Amino acid sequence: MSDRERDDHTGIETTGHEWDGIKELDSPLPRWWLWIFYGCIAFAVVYWILMPAWPGLHGYTPGLLKQSARADVVKELNALQIQRGQGQAILASASLQQIEADPAMQAHALAVGQSVFGDNCASCHGAGGGGAKGYPNLRDDVWLWGGSLEEIEHTLRVGVRSSHPETRMSMMPAFGRDGVLTGAQIGDLTEYVIALSGREADRAAVARATPLFAANCAACHMPTGTGSREFGAPNLTDREWLNGSDRAAISGQLQNGRNGVMPMWGDRFSPAVIKALAVYVHVNAGGGEPSPNKVEAPAP
Amino acid sequence: MTIIIDRTREKPASSGPVSVAERQREKARPTGLYKARTPIYPKLVHGPWRWLKWALLILMLAIYYITPWIRWDRPGALPDQAVLVDFDGGRFYFFMIQLWPQEVYFITGLLVMAALALFLVTALFGRLWCGYACPQTVWTDLYIHIERLFEGDRNARMRLDAAPMSFDKLWRKVGKHAVWIGVAFGTGGAWIFYFHDAPDLIRTFWVGTAPMTAYVSCAILTFTTYVFAGHMREQVCTYMCPWPRIQGAMLDDQSFQVTYRYDRGEPRGPHKKTETWTGRGDCIDCNQCVVACPMGIDIRKGAQLECINCGLCIDACDEIMDRVERPRGLIAYDTDAAVAARCEGRKPQHRLIRPRTLYYAGALVLVSGLMIEGLRTREAIGAHALRDRNPAHVQLQDGAVRNGYTLKLANHGFETATVQIRYAGVPGAVLTDPGHPGSGPLVVDLAPNVVTSLRLFVTVPAAFVDARAGEAGDDDDDDDEGEGQHASFQIISGDDTKVVRTAFDYGSHDR
Repeated sequence: MSDRERDDHTGIETTGHEWDGIKELDSPLPRWWLWIFYGCIAFAVVYWILMPAWPGLHGYTPGLLKQSARADVVKELNALQIQRGQGQAILASASLQQIEADPAMQAHALAVGQSVFGDNCASCHGAGGGGAKGYPNLRDDVWLWGGSLEEIEHTLRVGVRSSHPETRMSMMPAFGRDGVLTGAQIGDLTEYVIALSGREADRAAVARATPLFAANCAACHMPTGTGSREFGAPNLTDREWLNGSDRAAISGQLQNGRNGVMPMWGDRFSPAVIKALAVYVHVNAGGGEPSPNKVEAPAP
Repeated sequence: MTIIIDRTREKPASSGPVSVAERQREKARPTGLYKARTPIYPKLVHGPWRWLKWALLILMLAIYYITPWIRWDRPGALPDQAVLVDFDGGRFYFFMIQLWPQEVYFITGLLVMAALALFLVTALFGRLWCGYACPQTVWTDLYIHIERLFEGDRNARMRLDAAPMSFDKLWRKVGKHAVWIGVAFGTGGAWIFYFHDAPDLIRTFWVGTAPMTAYVSCAILTFTTYVFAGHMREQVCTYMCPWPRIQGAMLDDQSFQVTYRYDRGEPRGPHKKTETWTGRGDCIDCNQCVVACPMGIDIRKGAQLECINCGLCIDACDEIMDRVERPRGLIAYDTDAAVAARCEGRKPQHRLIRPRTLYYAGALVLVSGLMIEGLRTREAIGAHALRDRNPAHVQLQDGAVRNGYTLKLANHGFETATVQIRYAGVPGAVLTDPGHPGSGPLVVDLAPNVVTSLRLFVTVPAAFVDARAGEAGDDDDDDDEGEGQHASFQIISGDDTKVVRTAFDYGSHDR
């Protein structure tokens, strides 16, 4: 050590590094710095004793305080249940209309609804409820089973074609597959349905399909084709198509009769959560009174 | 006669008593890895700078302790404390100003102003902040004074520390530390009042029902005050604070700093009453400037990193100059340029207006102006419109297109505000609020001091959608980019109309 260079002015050793004549002093650290270092070591030892620290072959040293992040989460979840209980009690005691009209209750219902929707409904209906082919769009004014608050709540509770005894139930027959109609008849009916929604169609085919529609379709879809929310039969005259609007999609539906399924949620969620979900869906569909099935074009 | 001294020359063998810092260096010579602190026993001085320091100490402490107790009447359930950082409510109250978390740029602006003011003052007059106003300086000064009350001035303290333990030493030490801890507790205790209604907190604090953060904050500040002001003192400035390392960039040879006028003082040496003053400097090497220094340095070595520019050595030296009947100001606030000028026999000239002081002052004026303008034109109601992105548009069964929005209206005021909301820019558009169906203009009451969030829908009837589709043809670039038609919400309150830009997405018209 004695051969290290000393700075003339301060008398402190240099590190031996030099840049353009500037040398770096190797000044001693203040001693309290060392104390802080020892303090950190002492802290670590205390921490090992109090907190979970050392891994072993079968688990770890739990520490005297028995601290557990898992137990903390359980505690917080329980506290959350209690906290949510108050809000749920309010939702449970109010009517759907009251919840929607009151700003505070509506905000609460929307928050609950958004969270439950995201976890349970979004996988089919989309994160924003926009739906997809075969999965109804919940943001528009087209409702197979009705768009009032009560009707939405009922659908949520019992599901569609679910195992619930009072489930919403409708059945689009597989006219082609089951041999009820021939391929030519299905082709004619497809033209008829195209014409129902006001589009250009083969007039001769439409004329041939008119008695077929009356015999096979009108019972559910109504003679005018406007559908029925009582039977869950879609309106065929509007611009919205659950399973696709082109000829291939329509004839495919006539051939195979696709029927979607929605689970019943009544046994899974409390009535308060179902209410919140109903309000969430209703508000995001624009709220208000649902519009009736509309006629886009006069029946052919 | 002028004597030019080379300050870097070797010290003559006949130099007088060495400074504390010098002794520190002597001790450091047999270099170890660590070095104990050399105690500093600053001597009490009397003079104008010491008085200024007392006055500022009282002023700073008064501001710190009294501020949270000033009341300021605000309507309703809002807190009536003039200065309050309300974490629970997410608000910062400062007299008539009330800031929301998203307006934290005002705090940023304030910090920028403080930094620029610090730069300007430092460029002009050196580290005045360090010497007079920094909390570390104020509390250290207070603690040294408490130490003096119990243990006496410099010499008595040195004797006491050197003496073996006795009852006299014990009670003085215990008393000093007790008062130190008391002051530290008062410091930490006052801090928490800035974050909660003070009269309420002082009650709950003592009955043990205050929030845990209050006790922890108080304990941390008590600890740091006691350690930093009582034990660490000048080491906080030399080892921990970045400012002494930065300030060199603000100073130049025209900056006023505590300066030993070596042109007048050298060559220094002891002086007997009967001796002549000719042919020698005014410095009698009495070392009073060194013993007065709270940083333990010798100012006669020139500007140093440790020097906090507090001027106590000026008072100490002036007292000696009076006694030896020489003019005051051997140590004074002076500039390097002035000293150099006198060395060359020129008349010193002070230049306060220099490029760097102009830059700092200009930047300070600019930022202050922006801040004042920002506060003056601060909007009473803040509004943001969030467009639904998923789905961006919804086609209704009759071909109408609907877009969903979340409109967030922040009422910055203290009174309920009633606003009317309109939607403009899209032909035929109808604005609806699902919670409140019905026709007529949409009128909403905004509760004071909170954000009101509205779920709103805009529907464009099929006729308008089809008309637009016919016009636009195939090159509907806007829709492809998801931008849609430019639109806006109009928030009308009284005569004021606030326009929030948004857009309407017609979507594609598949069927």
